[in-house]
Amino acid sequence: MTIPLSWYLILAAAIFCIGLYGVLARRNAIAILLGVELMLNAVNINLVAFWRYQDPAMMTGQAFAVIVFAVAAAEVAVGLALIISVYRRRMTVVADEIDLMKW
Amino acid sequence: MTAEQIVFLLTAGAILACAVMVVASGKLLHSALWLVAVLFGVAVLYAILQAGFLAVVQVVVYIGAIAILFIFAVMLTRRELRDHGPQTRAAWWLPATLGVLILAGLVFLILGMPAVNRLPAALPEGFDGVRVLGTTLVSPDAFVLPFEVASILLLAALVGAIYLAGSGRKA
Repeated sequence: MTIPLSWYLILAAAIFCIGLYGVLARRNAIAILLGVELMLNAVNINLVAFWRYQDPAMMTGQAFAVIVFAVAAAEVAVGLALIISVYRRRMTVVADEIDLMKW
Repeated sequence: MTAEQIVFLLTAGAILACAVMVVASGKLLHSALWLVAVLFGVAVLYAILQAGFLAVVQVVVYIGAIAILFIFAVMLTRRELRDHGPQTRAAWWLPATLGVLILAGLVFLILGMPAVNRLPAALPEGFDGVRVLGTTLVSPDAFVLPFEVASILLLAALVGAIYLAGSGRKA
């Protein structure tokens, strides 16, 4: 184990920012969810790295990562179901055009 | 530079390149496949961090379930935006600037953290990560409540997803 903790943190920060760009810049709602997945993975890398570098006997970091897995699965399932439902009614997946509840 | 560092740097480079392709690729199906590559790289990172169980869960849950769900959703909605029209907003430079600024701030903060360059202690002799993780998740004085709440959340998401994506006859 010769990798400094900072390498993991900087890598996770970079993945998080790429995901943030994807969420804010893409027009397709599915592409926005892909960006969210990138951000969740960046968080998970941080959690596991802190577990390994802080106190491996305490499993808090890994337990938290498992919870993030479950939340990510739930988020994707409901998010994609919403997108498919909207697509059936409006024939669009562009986030800007899904404006039924605007104003 | 040790072999482990070289493996980490190669994995990190691959992850970053694939992550950029996820947000830059014009075709959505290609984006989803690049995401599979990113998820696999993250599983390799877990293996380097000696979190073997999480590496397996990453492959099974993320690649096996979530990424496949994405690919199905892309295929169910692909008539729209297939090859025409821009994939990003007109003001794409605004999120790009924001991302670069946040990355710079985060790197600044990370490098200012105390003991950020420390190396991990060796795992204790006979350390069984899966056993300890399992005990932690179901022990009453640790994480049994969040664990159960997560299962309720998954059940609710399952019911909600079936209802939302269902045939729409009643909804």
